[in-house]
Amino acid sequence: MKPRHKRLILVVVALALLGLGATFVLKAFRSNLVFFYTPTEVFAGQVPQGQAFRIGGMVLEDSLQRNEDGVTVRFAVTDTIEDVPVQFTGILPDLFQEGKGVVAQGRINMEGMFVADQVLAKHDENYMPPEAAEALERAMKIKMETE
Amino acid sequence: MVPEIGHFAVILALCVAMAQAFFSLVGATRGYVNWMAVSRPSAYILFFLTSFGFCCLVISFLTNDFSVLNVASNSNSQLPWPYRLAASWGSHEGSLLLWVLMLSGWMAAVARFSKGLPNDMLSLILGVMALVAIGFYSFLLLTSNPFDRLLPPAMDGRDLNPLLQDPGMVIHPPMLYMGYVGFSVVFAFAIAALISGRLDTTWARWSRPWTTIAWAFLTIGIALGSWWAYYELGWGGWWFWDPVENASFMPWLCGTALMHSLLVTEKRGSFKVWTVLLAIITFSLSLLGTFLVRSGVLTSVHAFATDPERGVFILGFLVFVVGASLILFAWRAPKVGLGGRFDLVSRESALLANNVLLVVAAASVLLGTLYPLFLDALGLGKISVGPPYFDAVFIPIMAPAMFLMGIGPISRWKKSSVPDLAAKLKWAFVISIISASILPFTMGGWSLFVSFGLLLALWITLAGLVNLWTRLEQMSKGDGRTLWTSLLSLPNSYYGMLCAHLGVAVFVVGVTLVGGYEVEKDVKMSLGNTVTIGDYTIRLDALEELEGPNYTGVEGTMTILVDGEEVDQMFPQKRLYTVQQMAMTEAAIDTGFTRDLYISLGEPLSDGSWVVRVYLKPFVDWIWGGAFLMALGGVLAVSDRRYRKASEVSSSPEEVTTST
Repeated sequence: MKPRHKRLILVVVALALLGLGATFVLKAFRSNLVFFYTPTEVFAGQVPQGQAFRIGGMVLEDSLQRNEDGVTVRFAVTDTIEDVPVQFTGILPDLFQEGKGVVAQGRINMEGMFVADQVLAKHDENYMPPEAAEALERAMKIKMETE
Repeated sequence: MVPEIGHFAVILALCVAMAQAFFSLVGATRGYVNWMAVSRPSAYILFFLTSFGFCCLVISFLTNDFSVLNVASNSNSQLPWPYRLAASWGSHEGSLLLWVLMLSGWMAAVARFSKGLPNDMLSLILGVMALVAIGFYSFLLLTSNPFDRLLPPAMDGRDLNPLLQDPGMVIHPPMLYMGYVGFSVVFAFAIAALISGRLDTTWARWSRPWTTIAWAFLTIGIALGSWWAYYELGWGGWWFWDPVENASFMPWLCGTALMHSLLVTEKRGSFKVWTVLLAIITFSLSLLGTFLVRSGVLTSVHAFATDPERGVFILGFLVFVVGASLILFAWRAPKVGLGGRFDLVSRESALLANNVLLVVAAASVLLGTLYPLFLDALGLGKISVGPPYFDAVFIPIMAPAMFLMGIGPISRWKKSSVPDLAAKLKWAFVISIISASILPFTMGGWSLFVSFGLLLALWITLAGLVNLWTRLEQMSKGDGRTLWTSLLSLPNSYYGMLCAHLGVAVFVVGVTLVGGYEVEKDVKMSLGNTVTIGDYTIRLDALEELEGPNYTGVEGTMTILVDGEEVDQMFPQKRLYTVQQMAMTEAAIDTGFTRDLYISLGEPLSDGSWVVRVYLKPFVDWIWGGAFLMALGGVLAVSDRRYRKASEVSSSPEEVTTST
């Protein structure tokens, strides 16, 4: 084999690897995207069945309940128009509070309960989780339009 | 008065940087020797002025000068002094001042330690760095002045974010920034080489130690950040694929690729164009990281759009730097020429494959980090890309890279033969396979994930040992040296490579075992209750009120029992920081060589009991131990005597006589 051919093979192999890598990355990317929905959209049934997604909004006042075991909690997330009941097993973040912004990731079950496997609250005093703010904003828009 | 002096010093520094950029760059391209002479002293002056300004800010923080806006928003009279010190770089403004301090420090270091460089090359390098500095000094002064006054002065400050009140956070940002900004040196080397057209092996030898040391700092910085997240956020994770983490990880991946391609450029003269491109990409990713973290775009693209001043400035600067360097690259790179030829099976090929894999990994992180931001900015919906994506992508990309880590260092430059490699490595391979399939049984159950992780770690370690053994064997055959003298005569850079690669193996062990065998329990506990995890039984013995300097809280006393005998006590806390009314979980961690026991207090329940989370995390500290070994490897490599020799030869004669 001439050196030129060897070099060509090397380039082809490298490009093939790169292509394979890119295909693989994009495939993994598409199947792992988590979409975000507001409580109003959840209520309207626009959410995927059996697939994980995120909801955001405020924790409804006086909605926090705790099961007998102490580690399973239920609360409702609201965007001021609709409320979605959420169930979560585990420890809530330090900054989780009724009346404050929250984002939850999980799936909706048969009874229409959102079973969260992750609950996020804001990181510091100065801002809301972006998704929570977004949900309230969208709800505000709908209200303005209907008025 | 102090803040005004500091402000003035930073303004002066900007002027110096402007003068330096002008005289160095024009002088170097036109060959005016006396213009070029400006560049070295001005680097020192720049560093002095910036340190002075930084000290002024630190003094304002230490003396609780709440008439300074930055101090009033980020400190408090109750805050212990080490955290007041850390608060001076805890805010946006302060961290940018730290950034320019690091940049001027690197410039002074280049001026001081590059005696071997030709004058015009040094001027070009410092001139390019001065251009970068102008951008950041202007950004600091125009949009984020840390010395702004507050009228009327506040009675007391609003306190530092409690999450940042932690020893790890005191040193994490400086380390991280040393790394980020350190890549500006190799970037400047690359630009200078493109301008002057002197892109040769000497160029690579000069750039290598700077890249390696910046990379070592970045490694430590990222590891500290991960360690901090582990113990301070209270939930025991060590990496979340959070955009802020990704922002620092992308330059690290490209920096790793850059170190390896610089090696090829130095030894074989190949990959020159690729190396220069990588240098540009690595620094651009550092700038992108700064943009992501400092523009507020991550918090919310909408906040960014409503208060765009800062973000637009860095974005513009980023576009300018990337655009200008890529145009220069496109213009000059074709003239660089190709380096030495190499065969399909050779160390060059292994390193090329490693480079491709690392860059693909960085690109996949970039995709996962930026795509949601783009969608959001364009109003096409909100999505998030979580750990499942990164896990799914990362393991398959990094696994072949790690497999190559065993082969690359042992194969020859230019041309290696497959049978020869196979003969050398077959036992390492067989032993890794056998041990990796058996070991998981002894640890609590076989799983493919654990077995595969252990295989990679064992393979890297054993191939490293074979490599060392072959080197020693050759040496003793060559001139009959004893084992010991051979060990001593091997260069530090070689040990640096072995140490860093071993660090990767140690890291992989940590990640694998914590991923495979971690046990987590969330339980409701009242006084006297116990919970059993692994071999440990944990009993809640007391809950007491807690009074800290700037917080109140509750401290639990947990007694650890093994086989019914008390072995230890642990004290997890729940704190409420009084100024910001922010709750914080302070986990209690019993660190061990083979496992961490991790207890954190969740929430109090109405009947006086608590929700408690306990973790048993096998080998988790190996993750950071591995990162430390990697960084240590970098330091070892830089301490190699050939770098010292190079600077001694070129220094003036009287200095040589004093040093010998």
